[in-house]
Amino acid sequence: MATHTLDFERPLLELERQIDEMKRVTGDTAVDVSKELAALERKLAELRGEIYRNLTPMQRVQVARHPKRPYTLDYVNTVFTDFVELHGDRLFRDDPAMVGGWARLDGMSVMLIGHQKGRDTKENLHRNFGMAHPEGYRKALRLMGLAEKFGAPVITLVDTPGAYPGLGAEERGQAEAIARNLVEMATLRTPIVTAVIGEGGSGGALAVGLADRVLMLENSVYSVISPEGCAAILWKDATQRERAAEALKITAEDLLELGVIDEIIPEPPGGAHADPDVAAQALGDALRRHVRLLRKTKMEKLLKRREEKYLSMGALSEK
Amino acid sequence: MAWFKKERKPRTSERVKLEIPADAWEKCDECGHIDIKDRFIRALNVCPNCGHHRRISAQEYVDLLVDEGSWHELDSGLRSTDPLTFENYRDRLLVAVKKAGPLEALRSGYARLDGMPIDLAVMDFNFMGGSMGSVVGEKIARLTRRSAEKHVPLIIVSASGGARMQEGVLSLMQMAKTSVEIARLRSARVPFVSILTNPTTGGVSASYAMQGDVILAEPGAVIGFAGPRVIKQTIGQDLPPGFQTAEFLLEHGMVDAVVPRSELRDTTAQLLRHMGGRRPAEAAD
Ligand SMILES: [Zn+2]
Repeated sequence: MATHTLDFERPLLELERQIDEMKRVTGDTAVDVSKELAALERKLAELRGEIYRNLTPMQRVQVARHPKRPYTLDYVNTVFTDFVELHGDRLFRDDPAMVGGWARLDGMSVMLIGHQKGRDTKENLHRNFGMAHPEGYRKALRLMGLAEKFGAPVITLVDTPGAYPGLGAEERGQAEAIARNLVEMATLRTPIVTAVIGEGGSGGALAVGLADRVLMLENSVYSVISPEGCAAILWKDATQRERAAEALKITAEDLLELGVIDEIIPEPPGGAHADPDVAAQALGDALRRHVRLLRKTKMEKLLKRREEKYLSMGALSEK
Repeated sequence: MAWFKKERKPRTSERVKLEIPADAWEKCDECGHIDIKDRFIRALNVCPNCGHHRRISAQEYVDLLVDEGSWHELDSGLRSTDPLTFENYRDRLLVAVKKAGPLEALRSGYARLDGMPIDLAVMDFNFMGGSMGSVVGEKIARLTRRSAEKHVPLIIVSASGGARMQEGVLSLMQMAKTSVEIARLRSARVPFVSILTNPTTGGVSASYAMQGDVILAEPGAVIGFAGPRVIKQTIGQDLPPGFQTAEFLLEHGMVDAVVPRSELRDTTAQLLRHMGGRRPAEAAD
């Protein structure tokens, strides 16, 4: 556990240690310390709440990248039921960095698509740290086509550092794959709901994130470039990432204010990884609510609103 | 090709050549060939020796592609604001305006090409590396909307390093915004020719640049999603020679044709005739 403690969570460690110690010492005596224990636990919850309410943008990035944070395949079992994973783009290969398949949300069939990171080194090599190749985006588009054909809503979960910048990815048309998804999603004749559950890394995130509703978990981030990448370009110094994270406006609150997302989904104190079930409950509630509303909307109206949503994005002046 | 003739100057004799002042000579960055500046210019800034395509301005592409006197600039009053109050962004914009003019990293307008009406957008790499912010996105969106509504073919000449970081996620969303309009254009069955020049990467290549009905690329242009530097850093080794060039993309099936600058105009016109149900051009005089 201690190995995954983020630097700003350190004040919590001492309290947690005291609580563990008290439990251990009194475990085999008859002394009643329940009052003291309750007080300590209350203090811990308060401190955790306070820390998480005041996270800096870079600290949010750390939470969004937390190795214990729930990933797409974790939500498959906590938010959805009856999941059947579908593989492959029918063109080149299956990309494990992008997963998808039929699932049920409240009994209703939906097409679930999401980036997938790995928990450890071995898994991450397999999942490529959630960085998809063109075949990942092409698989996602193929599944969206199925959803459209059979009248099922599309739900995408975004969690990627970005589209993979490698030789094979470029050879097979990374840019084309993303560009195609965008133009196809713009007119996909079925509701699309996207939730950013961790890292929303630039074009690799948007490639499955052009949607009727875009939601973000409270501690997730969404950015055109990573804070490290931005700092390296602007100040030739990747360690200036705090400064970049601040400047880029990448938190859920920032994006809501910029009109880029529709809703922030609250996370339990300590982040989604502190209580994955509570996080799943909140995510499920939000997805259900939006999917239900969108399904009631007439198709032409849905598409018109999707168009207007994106046409309104940007900031400029006109003389 | 009328444009060519117009620029052609009388041949200089050897004797005159020797009297040319030093600043009239230019060197090719690619092969080191030294020639009279005028010869580079007459060759549309393509090296007469190795064929290297030098960068030219947005205005030069407009002049190259449209019938003389037919250009009408659109949306020239659009300006970037600083939505994130991103440090130094306003200063950098001022510098860019000084260097490349006030029309931002993309110029758009309507014109004629061999008499055919066209909507044309040309990116300007000299304006903050051709980066796509809200103004570029809006100009593309408006022009594409115009094309769809008036049934006028769309031509976009891209040159861009990608999204404009200083506008944060709003710049990323321009990829979605432009894609929404390109999707409408498709439904309207209006031709869209995308011309990729050096370089076309990042958010521009991953949106409208790669959404053309036909995608042309200038010889040697670097085209890709990630820039060569990022890839090199990721994989920890040098990139193979010719990686991400227009010719590499042609070989991998990502562009329709690699077209030298001198043929861009005629090839585009030919394509538009095909896609617009027009008869072939009259034999050249
Ligand atoms: Zn040369």
